[in-house]
Amino acid sequence: MDLTAIAFHLLAAILLGAALLVVTVRNPVHSVLFLILSFFTGAGLFVLLGAEFLAMLLVVVYVGAVAVLFLFVVMMLDVDFVSLRFGFARYLPIGLVVSGLLLIEMILISGAVAARGAVSVVKNSLVSGVSNTEQIGRVLYTDYIYFFQSAGLVLLVAMIGAIVLTLRHKPGVKRQNIADQTARDRKSGLRVVKVNIGEGVSE
Amino acid sequence: MSVGLPSYLAVAAALFTIGVFGIFVNRRNIIIVLMSIELILLAVNINFVAFSVFLHDVVGQIFAMFVLTVAAAEAAVGLAILVTFFRNRGDIAVDHANMMKG
Repeated sequence: MDLTAIAFHLLAAILLGAALLVVTVRNPVHSVLFLILSFFTGAGLFVLLGAEFLAMLLVVVYVGAVAVLFLFVVMMLDVDFVSLRFGFARYLPIGLVVSGLLLIEMILISGAVAARGAVSVVKNSLVSGVSNTEQIGRVLYTDYIYFFQSAGLVLLVAMIGAIVLTLRHKPGVKRQNIADQTARDRKSGLRVVKVNIGEGVSE
Repeated sequence: MSVGLPSYLAVAAALFTIGVFGIFVNRRNIIIVLMSIELILLAVNINFVAFSVFLHDVVGQIFAMFVLTVAAAEAAVGLAILVTFFRNRGDIAVDHANMMKG
């Protein structure tokens, strides 16, 4: 058993263990931390496969952004998570049955594919001597440039959507409005009042 | 014992199963459901990358990148909806989510 095999089995065991803990631990903060662990281990598997660029992307995007976003939301929302655990035991049997069926199906399909030997019409072949990042760049910026631009649009729409959903205008907050200030003229800003002696100014 | 394509497919299948299992058992807690969806997408990504490497075709990795993009967007919008729902209701139990229907 060579070093690659040992690393693969270790990473696979940690990945599956962490994923199982994500869905079973009581505390959602621990759940997010195990999610980070499983993404990190998934990145390790990608490195093992030779897809270094995607591994680093996984660490940056998931561990750096998505998991921290989850952590923020879990810690900021004051939710009674104990009451949300209600129903765990009730849905356990049906969950086990459905996921067991899924696993059996996928193992059968994978076995069939592996036995037949997966084939592809290779157009963008992986060539040796070029780094993984350069290979991805060569294909991504030529054949898949429109997909790449669309991915950017998806991110833009998601960003605008998230801002629109969570933006809240509080009434009664005093803010400086420069347009109002500069639009003031003598007529609207000044009032000449005749004051009778002993009465003062009434609004 | 060498590590081939079937080993990676088995890991991805098990991860996918754990994600589906998590959606079932935590269906009241929408945060854990979102995390389970992220696990499922990670399993899909492992499949894409494994096939890409073992078939010597870089397109699989490019599609894994697009999956990553969509997953990030989905998490951001999902959590934004969750925050809005929490502000309106004071809890995040999915059972009452039908109050949002028009």
